[in-house]
Amino acid sequence: MKISLLLGSAATLLAAGTVFAAGTQLQGAGATFPAPLYQRWIAEYTKSNPNVQINYQAVGSGAGIKQFTQNLVAFGASDAAMKDDEIAAVKQGVVLIPATAGSIVLAYNLPGVTELKLSREAYSGIFVGKITKWNDPAIAKTNSGVKLPDTAITVCSRSDGSGTTFVFTKHLSAINPEFKDKVGEGTSVTWPTGVAGKGNDGVTALIKQSPGAIGYVEYGYAKNNKLTFASLENKAGQFVTATTASGEATLATTKFQGDLLRAWPSDPEVKDAYPISTFTWILLYKKYENKDQGEAVKKFVEFGLTDGQKFAEELGYIPLPKDIVDKDLAALKTVQ
Amino acid sequence: MPEQPDSTGRTMGKVRRRLDLFLVITWLMSVAAVVTLLWIVVSIVLPAWPAIQKTGLGFFTNTAWDANRDRYGAFPFLVGTALTSLIALCIALPLGVFIALFLSENFLPLGVRQTIRFVVELLAAIPSVVYGLWGIAVLIPIVQKFGGLLSDRLGFIPLFKGPVFGNSTLTASLVLALMVLPTITAISRSALVAVPKTLREGSYAVGATRWETIFRVLLPTAAPGIVAATILAFGRAMGETMAVAMLIGNSPRLSWSLLSPGGTLAGLLANQFGEAKGLQISALMYAALALVLLTLVVNMIGEAVLRHAQKVTAGVR
Repeated sequence: MKISLLLGSAATLLAAGTVFAAGTQLQGAGATFPAPLYQRWIAEYTKSNPNVQINYQAVGSGAGIKQFTQNLVAFGASDAAMKDDEIAAVKQGVVLIPATAGSIVLAYNLPGVTELKLSREAYSGIFVGKITKWNDPAIAKTNSGVKLPDTAITVCSRSDGSGTTFVFTKHLSAINPEFKDKVGEGTSVTWPTGVAGKGNDGVTALIKQSPGAIGYVEYGYAKNNKLTFASLENKAGQFVTATTASGEATLATTKFQGDLLRAWPSDPEVKDAYPISTFTWILLYKKYENKDQGEAVKKFVEFGLTDGQKFAEELGYIPLPKDIVDKDLAALKTVQ
Repeated sequence: MPEQPDSTGRTMGKVRRRLDLFLVITWLMSVAAVVTLLWIVVSIVLPAWPAIQKTGLGFFTNTAWDANRDRYGAFPFLVGTALTSLIALCIALPLGVFIALFLSENFLPLGVRQTIRFVVELLAAIPSVVYGLWGIAVLIPIVQKFGGLLSDRLGFIPLFKGPVFGNSTLTASLVLALMVLPTITAISRSALVAVPKTLREGSYAVGATRWETIFRVLLPTAAPGIVAATILAFGRAMGETMAVAMLIGNSPRLSWSLLSPGGTLAGLLANQFGEAKGLQISALMYAALALVLLTLVVNMIGEAVLRHAQKVTAGVR
């Protein structure tokens, strides 16, 4: 691990260098999904706090956790929070802050079909490879009046490890025992069928290229790229489209256990809740050795949780419900 | 006898000393190149060790790659790597040899041949990612359109079994064929040009026509060079990453059909390394080791054949 040692000393040098500079410099790294929002926060925050320099690198959740564990950054970010053993590996302790949230939509490419309702049986069946044609009775049943073609379904998934895959497979495992048995949950799984592309953009390209395609992408990404996506049946039996409101309804059902703010609302029962919405986390150390750095991080995250939430919706994220912001702020106070 | 200064006033001793220093530098540089290769192999083997211990040789025969269950089998990726490279060669070899023949004969004025040669070799200068984009824009629609026809007519052969995907082994193979074409053309052309004039003249002297000369004398004489070109192209095709990852569909499932998505070792590494953790990193390193050894062996064979070929033609001359 010579390289990490080298990087570590480089980071120390950088940190030491900032003492002489006028302000504090904060490095963050992690998930790509919330990156546009975090960049926006940074831009807005540094406008009123020009003495702080913040730099967020969207290197992916896994790499974010790695860098955070190796003390290379002031804060990390992850779509899959952190596992217990990952938390145990950080000796300063970890505070998980759900910072924003998003939904995962099923975007499809069926020329002429602008509205599609997919039952739980249908969409989990498609992704487990059991439903292979668009005019399958399981799809037709909930789409009377829609002319479904007799074409093959091309399932598009992520080829790289991804928090999006983690949340989506977690949900599918929760609602379909066959999927849980055959595929299971994880940031990188072997899909039983279809093609895979790298990143949200790779999946989007695949969907756009192939008529008959369906794939999972982030709601904000699908909205910006004008993809058509299906309404999904939730646990209450209602068909719900991904919107800010339906996502908020889902987040409101989250139950955290104890002080650790780590939970996935993987299948809410509420009537108007969208079935696949999830948080994404900022990872903070419980104790910062450099007190200035710790204070600066706390102030920045506090800004994101309060004033920063108003940028969420326009960028395609779900603003956090108030009680979760309160829990976050309480957790933020425990950071030293 | 005292040493005589040469015309520039330097003594032989000075020149020799300078040569010695130069020798040491070049020697160090070449050692550095060898050490770097060893260093790369060692730094792949070390992190791969946990996976090597856990999966052993079963890594190469297991068909399931389930990162979320820590089960790693690289067989589908080995098949994908071999399949795409072989098909690419099947397409590029005849094409490349014919271009090489055309460029080494005097069917066209020299200037035109030089231009064509330049353009073909320019194909090698196009970045991989541009080939990938071109494949997405041009090849995928073609494969989608004609793949159905292929699977309808020839679907009984496992290689052409439907359903048809645009992002498939075939699409990746087609783009690879284009990418290795310059390698095959360039080396085959030099092999053909190196065929001694005496052989050609002898062939004409015993009454052979031009085409007889080409097929019975020139091609057989240049054959070792062409074989070397093919093997080197094979090595290049196996290691190609970006364009393939963009076109092959990145499926870890084993499939023998050219029309369904597949995966290659290089593509697997590019896709999964960024977010890998624990044993998955180790397994990916193991896959990297396999890829390095494969391409290394193939390239070594290619070089050996090429050297042999040059010796043979030199002997005739």
